[in-house]
Amino acid sequence: MLKTRQLSSVELTKSYLEWIREVEPELKALVTVTDELALAQAEKADELIAAGEAQSPLSGIPVLIKDNMCTRGVRTTCSSRMLDNFVPPYDATVVEKLNDCHVVVVGKTNMDEFAMGSSTENSAFFPTRNPWDRSRVPGGSSGGSAVGVAAGEAVYALGSDTGGSIRQPAGFCGVTGLKPTYGRVSRYGLVAFASSLDQIGPLTQDVADCALVLGAIAGYDPRDSTSVPYPAPDYTQCLRDDLKGLRLGVPKEYFVEGMQPEVAAVIRAAISQLEGLGASVDWEASLPHTPYALAAYYIIAPSEASANLARYDGVKYGFSYAETDSMWQAMEKTREHGFGPEVKRRIMLGTYALSAGYYDAWYLKAQKVRTLIRQEFDQAFSRFDALITPTSPTVPFKIGEKVDDPLQMYLSDVCTLPINIAGLPAVSIPAGFTEGLPVGMQIIGKPFSEETILKVAHAFQQTTDWHQKKPEM
Amino acid sequence: MKLSREEVLHIARLARLGLDEAEVARFGEQLGELLESFAVLQRVDTEGIIPTAHSIALDNVVRSDEVADSLPPDQVLANAPRQEGNFFRVRPVLGDR
Repeated sequence: MLKTRQLSSVELTKSYLEWIREVEPELKALVTVTDELALAQAEKADELIAAGEAQSPLSGIPVLIKDNMCTRGVRTTCSSRMLDNFVPPYDATVVEKLNDCHVVVVGKTNMDEFAMGSSTENSAFFPTRNPWDRSRVPGGSSGGSAVGVAAGEAVYALGSDTGGSIRQPAGFCGVTGLKPTYGRVSRYGLVAFASSLDQIGPLTQDVADCALVLGAIAGYDPRDSTSVPYPAPDYTQCLRDDLKGLRLGVPKEYFVEGMQPEVAAVIRAAISQLEGLGASVDWEASLPHTPYALAAYYIIAPSEASANLARYDGVKYGFSYAETDSMWQAMEKTREHGFGPEVKRRIMLGTYALSAGYYDAWYLKAQKVRTLIRQEFDQAFSRFDALITPTSPTVPFKIGEKVDDPLQMYLSDVCTLPINIAGLPAVSIPAGFTEGLPVGMQIIGKPFSEETILKVAHAFQQTTDWHQKKPEM
Repeated sequence: MKLSREEVLHIARLARLGLDEAEVARFGEQLGELLESFAVLQRVDTEGIIPTAHSIALDNVVRSDEVADSLPPDQVLANAPRQEGNFFRVRPVLGDR
């Protein structure tokens, strides 16, 4: 529509900004609304579209960026008091790539502080509400991005995923969310949480959009030495309607103890539908080390976090405690007042696991278990093209329900974090509803097989309409 | 398995993280509870298993040593809490505990 100029990007952007103003007081998905920037970008996009110089389908289209990705001149807070006033002097590579497509950034989304959390309640600013039931959490840590897409505050959003932070909120909010293979998308300009696990990915209304956005942000970046030197394919070319010849496995360990039976039922029905599309399904696949993934993750991720967050010393940028002349006291007080409870908890946990006398028993042990988990996935992928699991063991929980119980909160990532440990790609798509709340299905692929999992997800969306359901606004 | 007050303060010191008394007590309990649950790792047989630091095998990354553009000092210092000229201003390092 923008290309045929039936509608201008400025008109489109204004209508989105107006909608944001209307729904934000209740949902609180955004930390910053970038009105001025958005309108300037929209005007520019209109000019370039008219001149035939903006060819991307994303040109002129409104997007939301999670607030842990650097945006030049626009404050990037990580939903932390530590970075409350931080204005980056450069763009993250993903932002640069989207800007090259002449997109329109309408806002920066709320998140769990430094992406540590599963409910967006750990934001230092305010919790975000699930549009399907406002008394419930949207998931996290990319809760604001998921809500923004579900509530139509933008056409799509970027999130980041360290242990499920794209997929779990996508599942909780009824949208499509993909975590790429580790190394597929550049992490340059993404505020580091756990560097061997973090990946940026899209949250979208459907799989076709997801394929489009992934293609726009993927690819090698010399500024991220862990990004892989493979060219990014056009992911929209892999989308098909049938799944003939595809081998799917359902690892039984993912239907964990404590899983809501209604969630399991929705996922089993969805997998039967994939079977109906021509895929062969092994319902008794097994990944026996799955029960150890949570413990391994919550040693590895906090250990990496404790090292990454050492940079917040109140000297170069961010919050700085002023009322002392002692260097050490300034550093300790800066961190005491700048970080919230979950961030402190993880710094403590990670520091413990890395400290003298505990390193071998905890950190090294977790890394060895990581090897076993990865090997097990490799073996499974010699028999299967993709693995299917629930995205989360439950529907979205109530705001406040788990904030004082870290272990219960950590368990909500139990189905998603093994995938980060192994560095695999996985997508969560809406698979149905229970109690009026969305249920997400996770499709996992071998490294760099984003095309396969998108194909499975797209075929499912061709015969179902769960992804088209919208919350009442 | 509650962590003692001394253990909590030792870890906080290593992390240069200030904690108030309530946090010291709370983290002692919570970290203890978490570590107790994570102790399942000790049951896994990892004899002869090589640890994984990164999930995707990487070759060593090198680049040629060439002069390239960098951010101008005023932009680098724009977020500095304290600065003096083209420098970050820090508190005295020598003589502090």
